[in-house]
Amino acid sequence: MTIETTTTGVLALILIMSLVTLVTRFGGVFIMSYVRISPRIESFINTMASSVLIAIIVPMAFGGDAGALAALMVTGVAMLAIKKPLPAIAAGILAAAFVRYFF
Amino acid sequence: MISNVYPYQFQAAKVRSELIRMFPISLFVVAFGAAFGLAAVQKGLGPLESILMSTLVFAGASQFAAIDMWGAEVSVIPVMVVVFAINSRHLLMGASLYPILKDVSPAKRYGLMLLLTDANWAVSAQEYQSGRRNLEVILGGGLVLWLAWIVGTWLGVYFGGLLQNPKSLGMDMVLGCFLLAMALGGKKNPRVLVAWALAAVASLAAWKWLPANTHVVAGALAGGLVGLFWLENKPVDEDAEAPV
Repeated sequence: MTIETTTTGVLALILIMSLVTLVTRFGGVFIMSYVRISPRIESFINTMASSVLIAIIVPMAFGGDAGALAALMVTGVAMLAIKKPLPAIAAGILAAAFVRYFF
Repeated sequence: MISNVYPYQFQAAKVRSELIRMFPISLFVVAFGAAFGLAAVQKGLGPLESILMSTLVFAGASQFAAIDMWGAEVSVIPVMVVVFAINSRHLLMGASLYPILKDVSPAKRYGLMLLLTDANWAVSAQEYQSGRRNLEVILGGGLVLWLAWIVGTWLGVYFGGLLQNPKSLGMDMVLGCFLLAMALGGKKNPRVLVAWALAAVASLAAWKWLPANTHVVAGALAGGLVGLFWLENKPVDEDAEAPV
């Protein structure tokens, strides 16, 4: 099934994309409203939550260029050393810019 | 317990302070939005259509992927599959906030989900690990990020030609660095570290061998399994006589 990108067609596509995204925004909350939150479920969603971040970042590091890798490594080291997010992020961005400029 | 009581109280001042806290990140979101606006008009979307898409969909990575599939005709099912796969992490993110979200009315609960993005969720989820309940960052942070995304798209649509290559300035790494800082700022104990290791391995394996865009959910669920079988030793009830 294809939609022609006339004005109506584009509007339809935007609406379809919005609805699909809405399902993902509402779905997790909706399902959880039927789940009794036992300590085990709570433990699951807590470790899952921090794992979401790792699962976004690690492939980003492996798939990215040297600049991406430098940005993440510098941010990681800075965050562990000084424990302040904004300076750590700034250092990471600078590292990416630096590496991409010189290499 | 009475089922129709929603004890979570929003504090207006905190919504404002979270909005201000997310402001620096939202400046980068403006830059990404501009990159999207430029890419969208180059792919043949009209200016208003591009801005409408950012306003309604408000999920950057999936929008980039969708316009990548744009042409004179667009196949609907592949677009739906890609948008769903990329945004499926919202399912887990929403679920992870449920212990807090159950304390607000359903209207507010689902209203907040409209503003859910990686950045404001990461702050809220991280604070929840440390025992703080923060839905204000979803609201205030989400609003400023949403506006930034719309303004950025508008800028890109009309002034995108002026945009320098944002990648050379490291701008594409802002979100990744932000999420990493949030992860490392959270609680770290052997249980969490094992979960992270498993999440890292599973997400890489999925990224390599499973269909595209499944790696976030695969890694997150693998990490979650650690929590499912390895429960945290909660400190015994504080009123109980603990050995000193």
